[in-house]
Amino acid sequence: MSLAFDDYGRPYIILRDQGQKKRMKGLEAYKSNILAAKAVANTLQSSLGPKGMDKMLVSPDGDVSVTNDGATIVEKMEIQHPTAKLLVELSQSQDAEIGDGTTGVVVLAGKLLEQALTLLDKGIHPLKISDGFDRACDVAIKHLESIAEEIDIQANDHEALIQAACTALGSKVVSKRKRELGKIAVTAVLDVADLKRKDVNLDLIKIQTKTGGSVEDTRLISGILIDKDMSHPQMQKEVKDAKICLLTCPFEPPKPKTKHNINISSAEDYKKLYQQEQQYFVEMVKLVKDSGANIALCQWGFDDEANHLLLQNDLPAVRWVSGTDVELIAMATGARIIPRFQEITPEKLGKAGCIKEVQFGTSNERMLVIENCQCTKAVTILIRGGSQMIVDEAKRSIHDAICVIRNLIKDNRIVYGGGSAELACALQVLQYADEVSSVEQYAVRSFADALEGIPCCLADNCGLNPITSVAQAKSRQLTEKNPRIGIDCMELGTSDMKEQKIYETLSSKKQQIQLATQVVKMILKIDDVIAPDDY
Amino acid sequence: MDIVGNVLPQVLKDEATEDKGEMARLQSFVGAIAVADLVKTTLGPKGMDKILKPTGPGQEMTHITVTNDGATILKSMYVENPAAKILIEISKTQDEEVGDGTTTVAVLAGELLREGEKLIQKRIHPQHVIAGWRIARDVALKRLRDISTENDIESQEFHNDLIKIARTTLSSKLITTDRDYFADLCVKAVLRLKGSSNLDYIQIIKLPGGTIRDSYLDDGFILKKQITIGCKRRIENAKILVANTAMDYDKIKIYGTKVKVNSMDKVAEIEAAEKEKMKHKVDKILKFQPTIFINRQLIYNYPEQLLADSGITVIEHADFEGMERVAAATGAEILSTFDAPERRDQVLGHCDLIEEIMIGEEKMIKFTGCKKNEACTIVLRGSSIHILDEVDRSIHDVLCVLITTVKNRRVVWGGGNSEMQMAAACEEEAKKVQGKQALAIEAYARALRQIPTIICDNGGYDSAELIQNFKVELQKGNLSYGLNMNDGTVGDMKELGIKECMRVKEQAVMAASEAAELIMRVDDIVKCAPRKRERA
Repeated sequence: MSLAFDDYGRPYIILRDQGQKKRMKGLEAYKSNILAAKAVANTLQSSLGPKGMDKMLVSPDGDVSVTNDGATIVEKMEIQHPTAKLLVELSQSQDAEIGDGTTGVVVLAGKLLEQALTLLDKGIHPLKISDGFDRACDVAIKHLESIAEEIDIQANDHEALIQAACTALGSKVVSKRKRELGKIAVTAVLDVADLKRKDVNLDLIKIQTKTGGSVEDTRLISGILIDKDMSHPQMQKEVKDAKICLLTCPFEPPKPKTKHNINISSAEDYKKLYQQEQQYFVEMVKLVKDSGANIALCQWGFDDEANHLLLQNDLPAVRWVSGTDVELIAMATGARIIPRFQEITPEKLGKAGCIKEVQFGTSNERMLVIENCQCTKAVTILIRGGSQMIVDEAKRSIHDAICVIRNLIKDNRIVYGGGSAELACALQVLQYADEVSSVEQYAVRSFADALEGIPCCLADNCGLNPITSVAQAKSRQLTEKNPRIGIDCMELGTSDMKEQKIYETLSSKKQQIQLATQVVKMILKIDDVIAPDDY
Repeated sequence: MDIVGNVLPQVLKDEATEDKGEMARLQSFVGAIAVADLVKTTLGPKGMDKILKPTGPGQEMTHITVTNDGATILKSMYVENPAAKILIEISKTQDEEVGDGTTTVAVLAGELLREGEKLIQKRIHPQHVIAGWRIARDVALKRLRDISTENDIESQEFHNDLIKIARTTLSSKLITTDRDYFADLCVKAVLRLKGSSNLDYIQIIKLPGGTIRDSYLDDGFILKKQITIGCKRRIENAKILVANTAMDYDKIKIYGTKVKVNSMDKVAEIEAAEKEKMKHKVDKILKFQPTIFINRQLIYNYPEQLLADSGITVIEHADFEGMERVAAATGAEILSTFDAPERRDQVLGHCDLIEEIMIGEEKMIKFTGCKKNEACTIVLRGSSIHILDEVDRSIHDVLCVLITTVKNRRVVWGGGNSEMQMAAACEEEAKKVQGKQALAIEAYARALRQIPTIICDNGGYDSAELIQNFKVELQKGNLSYGLNMNDGTVGDMKELGIKECMRVKEQAVMAASEAAELIMRVDDIVKCAPRKRERA
């Protein structure tokens, strides 16, 4: 840490615990920040594209996860460098907003920073660079919108949606079954989608995982699957025309929240209390039964006696249903969540066509399926796979695919993948660069180079020669005036991404470019890092 | 990164590590192959066992396990290597899903990776290898389904198949000498379930003493409990009341109650009230007119005496699973309240005879002639608890396989036949595929063929020669041939009666390919800094 000294050679103390803090200023700070952020981008780079590789992440507790999803990778890496953390947030905000393209956004930011580094070496002021990037970004976005195409999502049995889902799934470990899984995702989203409002409530799609079988055993269940079984082993396993009583109070004697003491001082008291207690259970069950319910789902536990009373009254019940499941069931079946037994009324019951217990594998694990719910069509995707890691990764992949489909329903404009959109933007930005008369020209040009970095990276990951293939695609885009020429990653023999049917949503691409530019601008603005030394 | 005055800033936490590219791949290959090699020697009828010894201090740590079961071995190992953990994971899943083939799945994944490593060394991109494997896997599974046969569930052939499958599964276990005996025993137990897959109804009781041969299947139901002293030891035509209720002083559950009295008289009064309450409960129970009362919870002296006075046999403190089995077997309902004696007929269970029997030196209660005749008990005897544990695991494997077979019904020939056929299918396919993937398909075939090879090696036979002869036989069209591990020859599996469950093989191939692919796709391993643990 650089210090200022007074006439006697004593340092001025400006910051608290100054001696223990580390400080970087000026160019040194810029470069260090950029390098740290680039290190993260470099790790992700090889995960990009249909032939991208996976990362194996070992958690502090020794648990292993294998993934290709950018947001998950950076999250689990436990990055501690402050600037690198910005990239983690970048990836996560892409994940929260769009759900897909989390790797691409980080790689693009990395490429932009790489270019910024060269520009800094040339002596261009960081603010000029970020200004240039900003202007280039605007041009790129505009061009992106002009080359975007509207697709008819209804046409041909939602073929376009399936293709888009396949593109999202293509880079994952489940890519072998991308078509089947894509279809599952599309059906799931369409089942719950509100096409009039162009909105999809993703809460209605539950993704449940269960190890065993293979990825192709993954299926869509039109209904809700909960990982619970009936509270009493002898209750009936199937309820038709279910009227559901959804409770958030336990089948137990009430526990008032205020502290109290009941003193028993005579035998009569004792007997009274005993009767009172018996009465509680009888009443509880009666209240449920009287409302016309034929199944009770409860967020809390049951007392043994209450449990048996339920059985005796032919009232199947499920205990310890998780809070999210309770909400989902409430939404789907139209049930009101009932917090007190006294408030049970027939109107508050939810309705479903069928509730039954299903079993998997040899290990006697049972789950409950709630089918044909009254209100909305809630669906569950049951993911199977050879091991926990595969199942987890499949879950993340399907989530991505679902997000893509939702985005398409919201906004049906697409651009073509395979790096073609980036290339087209790069060309446009390059053209624009020559019109800029100030220093920013260099920054704009570098922005174009950074955009080209994405197809380059794709080609590299696919084992193609990055420079030749990008050059070829670029010249073909220019000569044929066709912005759909990209990198032929799957070696299908055509570079036209329309023919390959590689669809990406416009919103995702736009978001990627905008977010990446923003973060880069932010990093370029930092010229002083003060941090505790041991950090 | 060679910028003057700038070293790469530290991005990850202090003790975290990151391995990239070749290093990462090497690390995962080494780990996975090491784990596979470790369990390799247990494969096949001549496979060897492992002793597992827990580490650390403490009394229970001295308990060792001797086993041949892949899942048990892998589960008990603590490994650091992340790829090795994946292998352990698939072995566990195999155990849960089909119950057997846990060693096979780990070994197959390991062999696939061994082959994969060679391809990587030839500078073939991992994604190409994966693409090839995927083709190969589909081809192999298709062949597996094609060669499998299906019999009607009621038919005698199916019954024979089950016995053959049980024999095959048992042949790699400790009790291989008595496999005919146990195969018969297990098949009978499974057939009693009548297609249900609830293994809970088959109870396994382990009792040291005697020899393995003394084990038997009891068609009744045995509860590892004693009848309370002073009750009848033998009840015919029993009406059983199964309950889960407090039979001690029955505490009041309303929150915050407390007994506070100011004189000795009052204490006595409350005591009397408690007694009366108990009596009241007993009276209610008596209204059901049971002849035997089984409770999950403790029964105190007072109610026990009341019940015994009324001529009811009392069994207290049965475990929960035992309760459920009793309930299932006798058709009883598990009661917690006793206010509806009019439902007597529905809630009471029934069985022809309940008696206390001695097995070895332990007293047990046996229920025969139960209403629902599904439950049964396998009593295992053996000279030491280690042997019994291993026999228990073997029987569990067999039961799982049999249940899977009952559900799926497709069977294939054993003795490495299915693996060799799948390998052959892959090789045929490789000739048709253009591009580098073909190499990976061939590699897949080699990995599959490693399974019978390892079985030969474990038996001490000349694997190279046997496997070649095997290949020739298949080429000749003798599609039911396989390895005869008794003589070290290639023989007709039809004559030897060695069959295996198709579902087990299918699951093993699927899980192993998925795991191998997962590991193959990794090019970067990030290990987070281990969580600091407080030392106790």
